[in-house]
Amino acid sequence: MTPGLDRLETRLRASRAAGRKLLVPYLTGGLPGWTDGVRAAAANGADVIEIGLPFSDPVMDGPVIQEASQRALDAGATPVSILEEARSLDVEVPLVVMCYYNTIHHPGHRRFASMLTSAGICGAIVPDLPLEESGPWCAAADSAGLSTIMLAAPTAPDERLPLVCARARGFVYSVGLLGVTGERTSLAATATALARRLKAVTDVPVIVGVGVSNAEQAVEACQVADGVVQGASVVRRFMADGADGVGDYVAEVRQALDSHR
Amino acid sequence: MNPTPSIMSPPSSTGRFGEFGGRFVPETLVPACQELESAFTEAWADPIFRAELDSILKEYAGRPSILTECHQLGARLGLRLLLKREDLNHTGSHKINNVLGQTLLAKRMGKKRIVAETGAGQHGVASATAAALMGLECKVYMGAVDVERQALNVFRMKLLGAEVEAVHSGSRTLKDAVNEAMRDWVATVESTHYCLGSVMGPHPYPWMVREFHRVIGREAFEQCLERIGDVPDVVVACVGGGSNALGIFSGFVDSRARLIGVEPAGGAAVGRGQPGVVHGMRSYLMQDEYGQVSEAHSVSAGLDYPGVGPEHSYLASIGRAEYPTVTDAEVIEAFQLMARTEGIIPALECAHAVAWIAREAPGMQGQTILMNLSGRGDKDVGQMMGILG
Repeated sequence: MTPGLDRLETRLRASRAAGRKLLVPYLTGGLPGWTDGVRAAAANGADVIEIGLPFSDPVMDGPVIQEASQRALDAGATPVSILEEARSLDVEVPLVVMCYYNTIHHPGHRRFASMLTSAGICGAIVPDLPLEESGPWCAAADSAGLSTIMLAAPTAPDERLPLVCARARGFVYSVGLLGVTGERTSLAATATALARRLKAVTDVPVIVGVGVSNAEQAVEACQVADGVVQGASVVRRFMADGADGVGDYVAEVRQALDSHR
Repeated sequence: MNPTPSIMSPPSSTGRFGEFGGRFVPETLVPACQELESAFTEAWADPIFRAELDSILKEYAGRPSILTECHQLGARLGLRLLLKREDLNHTGSHKINNVLGQTLLAKRMGKKRIVAETGAGQHGVASATAAALMGLECKVYMGAVDVERQALNVFRMKLLGAEVEAVHSGSRTLKDAVNEAMRDWVATVESTHYCLGSVMGPHPYPWMVREFHRVIGREAFEQCLERIGDVPDVVVACVGGGSNALGIFSGFVDSRARLIGVEPAGGAAVGRGQPGVVHGMRSYLMQDEYGQVSEAHSVSAGLDYPGVGPEHSYLASIGRAEYPTVTDAEVIEAFQLMARTEGIIPALECAHAVAWIAREAPGMQGQTILMNLSGRGDKDVGQMMGILG
């Protein structure tokens, strides 16, 4: 491993260099059949897959992912059970988790890091852990070889963005709008505006998430960004149509991104 | 020689009281919290802001609140019982102190709109009131369970021009109302101030809200010296998030008085929780073995919360304050006891403090007890009609 450049980032930079836009589907772990959803996403063109660890109080999530989290919790899912199932996933695509900070804080930073590595997870996105509070987790993640994907928000003043990017591993999660996760009728102007500001200060891959709701919006975001996260749009389809719904949708977005190279 | 610093000093630069507090919020909200911190720091040091707030507290909220001695109940329990009458403030609780401070600050910051969460509806009513007074738009989030059990307060908020949204997620109580208010704020942060109702949330809220409630402790300290020539032996308040308790504790934290924060048995964050992170802060939190936040269960909507303000966790950790619990049954008994012996209907929240005093009276014979009567019980009468038949 190159010092300062982790495995996930190396892989994503190589894809970017080959002219590929990065596609990151998100699926709530613990929903019945979720591992099939992950396989379907992997088989249809995902570059990274985000596995949501459901939390009782998801303050960054809108109605679709809230509902998915509640369903998973009602079905008895726990971080331990989800990571146990993730370990059995035989996919080539890198897996990261999206989890709220108490899920890490409760077992402790080092123990949680080792739970992730032994499940074959390569990174984490922690939406309620801003830069100033991230030190202890980042230290544990770094020494376990895990990528901590930092979020950058449209509200950040210019001087904050380089600090966030300097701490980001794998990619920078560029928050597409002021608001919580969920589908919107159009891509917010903030999505490309923030991605542009980030691209000006960092070489780390910049991936837009929150409010990128369909193939068309993904293409629009990728006119500036290196890739997109697809969250609520994937989760909604999974809850309605299962793994096939995810596979078809990921293939559709993949094709749209590839045809607009 | 420098005087010993107060136990209730400002938090550290990262918003910590000991190892509790902090600012665990989405990146989107970090600049807003930073802006609020500097705006509050500046305003609180500005004599003009302080004078304006003092004037509103006096002319509008009706401060200072009086100190009432409970002669009948005191004689019955074998102790001297003094009540700090925050229930007599405009809108019927201590919440108005914080809300007037925050809305004045919001206006100074150029915000046009406030959002608030509410449990029992007291903070929601206070927020709607202050918004009407200051010409701000106001939206209040309230758990669907609480909308039902506090219908009167819902109507009051609407009458005052606020929009009330019932929250149907999770436990459908205060915790979920906070989640929804935070989600609103994430989307509207440029125009909106989040008027948080207790000494909780991300830095600077726990500190700022405490400062706005210091007036309770400052007045009570002077009133006690005047009335009994001393500080009381025990200072008691109920604790949900813990704002009325910190308000009154602030007057006595550096004295010899025992400080008691009474939690409901079904929402005992200090008593039954472990350190955890939710709603922007690290504090004691009721949670399961995986860190999922537990649902609190209390007869009182205002205390139906699985967390607690971080400074209470700190005061508990250094042993300066104690956090016993009382059961719903004890609370319902105490609610009636105070009504019948003193002609005062306490809020169900405050009935927790009464319940603790009544239960522990045998060990406090002859002592002087100061209790913060932080709200009036009119709002609970409908619910009690159902419980008592």
